[in-house]
Amino acid sequence: MQPTDIKHPDYFHKVVDCQWACPAHTPVPEYIRLIAAGRYSDAYMVNWESNVFPGILGRTCDRPCEPACRRGRVEEENQPKPEPVAICRLKRVTADYKDNEDVQKRIAVHKKTRSNGKRIACIGAGPASLTVARDLAPLGYEVTVFDQDPRAGGMIWTQIPRFRLPMEVIDEEVNYILDLGVSLVQRKITSLKTLMGERYDAIFVGSGAPRGRDLDIPGRKEGAPNIHIGIDWLASVSFGHTSKIGKRVIVLGGGNTAMDCCRTSKRLGGEDVKVIVRSGFEEMKASPWEKEDAMHEGIPILNYLVPKSFEVKNQKLVGMQFEKVKAVYDEKGKRSLVPTGEPDPFFECDDVLVAVGQENAFPWIERDSGVEFDKYGLPKLNKETLQSTVPNVLFGGDAAFGPKNIIWAVAHGHDAAVSIDKLLNGENTNERPAPGVTLVSQKMGIHEWSYDNDIVADARYKVPWRDIKVTLKNVKAEVELGFDVATAWKEAQRCLNCDVQTVFTDKLCIECDACVDICPMDCITFTQNGDEDELRKRLKAPALNASQSLYVSGALKTRRVMVKDEDVCLHCGLCAERCPTGAWDMQKFLLEMTHAGHGCRTPKKTLPLKAA
Amino acid sequence: MTYILKPRLHHPTLPKNKLGFTRRDYEGKVSTLCAGCGHDSISAALIEAMWELAIEPHRVAKLSGIGCSSKTPDYFLGNSHGFNTVHGRMPSVLTGANLANRDLIYLGVSGDGDSASIGIGQFAHVMRRGVNMTYILENNGVYGLTKGQFSATADRGSKAKKGAVNQDSAIDTVSLALIMGATYVARSFSGDKKQLTPLIKAAIAHEGAAFIDVISPCVAFNNHPGSTKSYDYVREHNEAVNRLDFWPSREAITVDYSEGGVIEVPQHDGSIVRLRKLDSDYDPTDRINAITHIAQASAKGEVLTGLLYVAPDAEDLHAHLNTYEMAFNKLEEKDLCPGAGMLEKINAGLR
Repeated sequence: MQPTDIKHPDYFHKVVDCQWACPAHTPVPEYIRLIAAGRYSDAYMVNWESNVFPGILGRTCDRPCEPACRRGRVEEENQPKPEPVAICRLKRVTADYKDNEDVQKRIAVHKKTRSNGKRIACIGAGPASLTVARDLAPLGYEVTVFDQDPRAGGMIWTQIPRFRLPMEVIDEEVNYILDLGVSLVQRKITSLKTLMGERYDAIFVGSGAPRGRDLDIPGRKEGAPNIHIGIDWLASVSFGHTSKIGKRVIVLGGGNTAMDCCRTSKRLGGEDVKVIVRSGFEEMKASPWEKEDAMHEGIPILNYLVPKSFEVKNQKLVGMQFEKVKAVYDEKGKRSLVPTGEPDPFFECDDVLVAVGQENAFPWIERDSGVEFDKYGLPKLNKETLQSTVPNVLFGGDAAFGPKNIIWAVAHGHDAAVSIDKLLNGENTNERPAPGVTLVSQKMGIHEWSYDNDIVADARYKVPWRDIKVTLKNVKAEVELGFDVATAWKEAQRCLNCDVQTVFTDKLCIECDACVDICPMDCITFTQNGDEDELRKRLKAPALNASQSLYVSGALKTRRVMVKDEDVCLHCGLCAERCPTGAWDMQKFLLEMTHAGHGCRTPKKTLPLKAA
Repeated sequence: MTYILKPRLHHPTLPKNKLGFTRRDYEGKVSTLCAGCGHDSISAALIEAMWELAIEPHRVAKLSGIGCSSKTPDYFLGNSHGFNTVHGRMPSVLTGANLANRDLIYLGVSGDGDSASIGIGQFAHVMRRGVNMTYILENNGVYGLTKGQFSATADRGSKAKKGAVNQDSAIDTVSLALIMGATYVARSFSGDKKQLTPLIKAAIAHEGAAFIDVISPCVAFNNHPGSTKSYDYVREHNEAVNRLDFWPSREAITVDYSEGGVIEVPQHDGSIVRLRKLDSDYDPTDRINAITHIAQASAKGEVLTGLLYVAPDAEDLHAHLNTYEMAFNKLEEKDLCPGAGMLEKINAGLR
């Protein structure tokens, strides 16, 4: 293998699994260290700069970071139940314990002080649009956010139930953005062409995926009064229009919306609430923790049942008929659901909530507006710049590529803001800005590091819950209470500091093997070079996780190379402590995404100054 | 030294031996030696060897003298017996322990100061008596604990860190062990665990006095140009006479070298020491030839490594003395006091 190019910003970024997995590339270990140091406001600001909604995401994020977390892999065969660091819930800790005044002051620094005269329209006041607004308003852009509702937040407040996310948290973080000098206008946009006629310099479409998919099976029409579309029903609960549901409820669908529907039903009078899914339990789209939360509240999840019909008697819905299926896999591993032939089960119910998916809907975009759509009804976009076929009309969030989640919406918002900023400064939007990268040695003394390198053996800590007797009676009582300060510290100690990188300098190495001997995870091998596939097999511990890089040095004196498997490195720094020559060093890698502003623009050649 | 403990977490695929232990279960405390010390690599090789042989830790006794090397038994086999003796006196304590209880595996760990200066007399006698043990000499050519004076194994003409040249002749511990009658003699290098680990395994299986001289660079005081015990010097001048594989039994041999020059030396316990010749003239079962070869290599400035000598018909001290088989701690009162009748018999035999 060729020596690893550690100067490439992606190399060490990939080692920080959580940050690499996060669509917004939040520097996770950095804020977790700040939590451990009790610097909650600083930790909050690290999050705020990167993901805009720390308090909201700290309760609701889809957490792509956690399945990626190295701690989960490290605990295999070491812990009865290997689990990642509770990254998401630690994010909430930053919001819960920050100094509000201090944070407000720090955010206020970004307030728009003067206008650059350019007008931006954002359609929909959800996370994508708000991120665009947050990135652009401080630069002087006149940003107007349009929403059909009087308050901002979009799906964050309409679709996520209050027992998961209190209104105060939404208001606080949404207002941080509006207070930067963003105008929120309640107006339902019914025609893109009309808006284009209003001479905005750029239009950002962040209108989400607002249409819940329906289920067209017999009995749908007849039972209509008791059959509800999940996201619409959740919204009407949020608006206060709906406050009760029948005693027996069936929720169809296996995504997070289905989980929110069943848990909300349980709080509005549903006694016998069950979730019924077509596929297997394991393949459900809902996050594992959301399924757990639902089951904890006594909601059974029944799988491999395909809905056949709504049964109506005397013009009233009485139940549903299903067909029992099993999963069959062909040679290619493709799954199909085949009826088992068992008698069709029937479940009685008073109400059905249909949460079988969401669709994008753009009835308000005229087909002759210049914005083109693909065969799935999604806008044709440049995936990097998020520009549509009309260069100053951009899309982000669920409106861009179909339903995803809040953190993706935030990432899109940042990208779209960069595109808009470059576009309106007459630059090529395809030249994307490089992230800011620093790599700094953490050595403080002979065996002292400026990070806590001692590895704790603790298993993941659980977030305490409010008494279920209280939460099931009140749809607004938040279920999770959040970590207390002491537990947050303990959970923070579980973080391996994967951003503190093991950096190897081959010309200093004397091949004494000290690092090989001390490494608790057998990550380091000195051996003859070879092809990657072959090399992976003959390391001190086989490097079977091909998604993790091998760090290969240049040739050493004995013509061998140092090969380090990044997979389960604890970042404990013992290799560097035992290294007599400083060939190993622990260096903190900090990557910050370049957002809209001067940093994202292509450097201009400075013209020589003319004598006056 | 290191301030934090080595984390207990281990690689998810870390294998277990037939006792159900991982290699990590054979570790000891965190080393307090200087970073990069060759001795730590020797400890790692010992851990590897013990794990591979699936030796129960409580069946091992580690004995050492004084010095950097003699501290190391604290850093491996944390669940074994240990005795940190007086300077240079490890061999006599080991001999006594072995006489009292032959059921344990004896590991003597010493250094060049401990064995070639203050303890040279004990060293010579433990070899000639053929005590069943594995004697590891961690040889760095300097007194590291007292900041790098030449030891008795420093080569004449080699340079100290501050430039002084050694004028005294070196004691070659390997030649000395051979002359004294050790039945298993090897030399290796701390920077080459592939060579060292099988040598240790075979030495443990050998029933008799097994001696391994391991050149172990002192990174703090003897790893500079002009030293003959530095990583660079040893790597440049290392002449391995053979490559050794150790097999616990005949059936376990899985590698078959097609080319000739393979010597098999069966051990008393049924295990097989298999040597692949790297030097065709070298016969490790011929003591005289071994002594000659070592002297010739030394004259050429080469560091001869590998299994230098193994006596196929080795015997140990217990065989020489025809001692009682049972360990002292297992003898009952009736074994120790056979009664008046027996005394009569003995007395009659002496009349």
